[in-house]
Amino acid sequence: MTENKKAILLSITLFVVFLIVGELITSTGERNKKNMTEYEQLMGMGETQAHVPGPIEVFKHALSELSDPFYDNGPNDKGIGIQLLYSIARVMAGYLLSVIIALPIGFLIGMSPVFYKALQPYIQILKPISPLAWMPLALFVIKDSVMSSVFVIFICSIWPMLINTAFGVMSVKKDFLNVAKTLEMSSLKTAFQIILPAALPTIFTGLRISMGISWLVIVAAEMLVGGTGIGYYVWNEWNNLDLASVVFSIIMIGFIGMFLDSLISRSSKYFNYQE
Amino acid sequence: MPVNSLDDPFSEKSDLSHGAGCSCKSCHSADVEMVQNLPHTEEEMVNRFVETSVVKSIFGGNDVKRRQFIRTVGAGVFRAALLSVVPLGALQSCINDTKKKVESGGSSKLGASKLEKIKLNIGFVPITCATPIIMSKPMGFYEKYGLDVDVIKTAGWAVARDKSLNKEYDASHMLTPMPLAMTMGAGSSSVPYVMPAVENINGQAICLHNKHKDKRDPKMWKGFKFGVPFEYSMHNFLLRYYVAEHGLDPDKDIQIRVVPPPEMVANLRAGNLDGYLSPDPFNQRAVYENVGFLHMLTKDIWEGHPCCAFACSQEFVTNNPNTYSALFSAIIDATHFSSQQENRAQIAEAIAPKNYLNQPASVIAQVLTGKYADGLGNVLNEPNRIGFDPFPWHSMGVWILTQMKRWGYVKEDIDYKKIAEQVYLAAECGAKMKEMGYDAPSTTYKKHTIMGKEFDPNFPEEYVNSFDIRVK
Repeated sequence: MTENKKAILLSITLFVVFLIVGELITSTGERNKKNMTEYEQLMGMGETQAHVPGPIEVFKHALSELSDPFYDNGPNDKGIGIQLLYSIARVMAGYLLSVIIALPIGFLIGMSPVFYKALQPYIQILKPISPLAWMPLALFVIKDSVMSSVFVIFICSIWPMLINTAFGVMSVKKDFLNVAKTLEMSSLKTAFQIILPAALPTIFTGLRISMGISWLVIVAAEMLVGGTGIGYYVWNEWNNLDLASVVFSIIMIGFIGMFLDSLISRSSKYFNYQE
Repeated sequence: MPVNSLDDPFSEKSDLSHGAGCSCKSCHSADVEMVQNLPHTEEEMVNRFVETSVVKSIFGGNDVKRRQFIRTVGAGVFRAALLSVVPLGALQSCINDTKKKVESGGSSKLGASKLEKIKLNIGFVPITCATPIIMSKPMGFYEKYGLDVDVIKTAGWAVARDKSLNKEYDASHMLTPMPLAMTMGAGSSSVPYVMPAVENINGQAICLHNKHKDKRDPKMWKGFKFGVPFEYSMHNFLLRYYVAEHGLDPDKDIQIRVVPPPEMVANLRAGNLDGYLSPDPFNQRAVYENVGFLHMLTKDIWEGHPCCAFACSQEFVTNNPNTYSALFSAIIDATHFSSQQENRAQIAEAIAPKNYLNQPASVIAQVLTGKYADGLGNVLNEPNRIGFDPFPWHSMGVWILTQMKRWGYVKEDIDYKKIAEQVYLAAECGAKMKEMGYDAPSTTYKKHTIMGKEFDPNFPEEYVNSFDIRVK
């Protein structure tokens, strides 16, 4: 067996084991009692209790949600497809904004070691701040909940891009730059023809990390602000202790995250530069 | 009646030239299949009439030109282009509303045609206190007063406050102390808010975790972690009052945490809270999930205490007097409707779905009808578990302010009555209730009794100082 085949086999085995164990350790929440007293009836003994769903139940739920992903029953009840589109749109807006700002600034910082050292402490302080900590400030200052979530994505995703761009630019081999000098290339030409291609792999790593962070942030932000989006969907189902929906949306969040990540990593292949 | 002239004006195939007494074949044919594009209900007819007259006027009444034009550009493009310059929807609803007003004999002074704003966003937190605000949407109370309202679910009170301050919401479901706090700038920037109506009275409960079934005496609650929905809430003030009357200092002996209502049950289950004084349906939901039991209803702390309210900014009232008035009427009407015990089961059905409270209908019904399981093995019948009464007593506002003073939320000396009168529009609410034919009290101050102790709104400062346990 080739290595690939082994890996696929192992993957499938893990999945099957996970399904079986999942099905065994979860309950259905059924408490169907016949001949209930009035008290038992009011306690909901005849109806399912909130419970952790097994894989089969989640699968059934996923089927019913995905068969009609774009329904719209008013402002507080929309299909999973619509919610995901809202979230993706917000992520894209915040992410693109930070790309536009982080790449040029990162480039400049990387070209000047003084700038790099001077800004380093600020970046290190701002980088680890949680999106939820930014939210109250953003809501108060921006006075618009959608723009606030876009801002929070922007502020959380900008740092890895900035650092990686600067780092990539800084670590371009001195030999390359010396050759450029020998050939009397203009500084603009050096930047675009020597530094940029050499720094691209590092820059793309930053872009990938940032995309991952943006997708993490949007769920938290929407849970807090509500209204629309996949984060709101999770929150709304949590209120009702409907864990099948919560597990289903967790899976959907994972799939979309994977999709967004592969989008960046695939496009990086077109720009990759080999020594 | 020949209504062929009301055929679709956006279709190139329709002929709008049939007048009264038209003698053409289609006007006399009884074949309804042929004219399925025609409007059927009265409202549709009015809508179509507005469309038709606008379209006709564009082409100077020349039907041949109209059809030629539509054939060239296409019906969809034409309709879209027209809609971008003429607010057809608004015109149609204006005329329909005015027509209804005239038919129902309503005063033309409040004519819906003068509404400054028809499309409104109203925020709510998914709890039964908001019943009148929520049910007005599915049960058509907003529509009845010519408003097109979206009710928007909000994750918690802080977000509801911020979205209101940001004007994303035109009006919002709030807690009765919130507009007072916002007006004074306590815990937020100071923006004048008004509270035209209270939503519900009573309707809250102290719910404890099942492991505390033997600790029914509050004296045994030292070290407990309690959840309340918001700092500026009746829940916080009632819980503090209740434990203080039993000799516990709420700031030292117990821990009070702010937890958004929808997250209460999950926190109780996780053992993160020992109990909470929270809005329903989350007390009943804890019982239903076998996580907690109802220690007591808040109606037994203060019978008839206010809880949630309908509030909006002073600015909204000033800029949109007619819209505000219509909205106010809708809320009073709905509140009155919910106060009738016989409507409660029907309301529970209407507000249970995902779009609104997203809870099992049985839980909501237990809260609203007052026939409920307490989690200790008893079925209780308490029709006054929750009540709905819009009148915002100034004395209630004064009481809330005394508690804010008592627990140190406001430090400086305040003019209790002045603030209460500025924010709680009791006189206005009374007038509105009378106008709509409901009974309204003639005074705005009265004495309240809370856990056997009388509160006289004329002596607020003395009342604050009469408590031993307070922030000094």
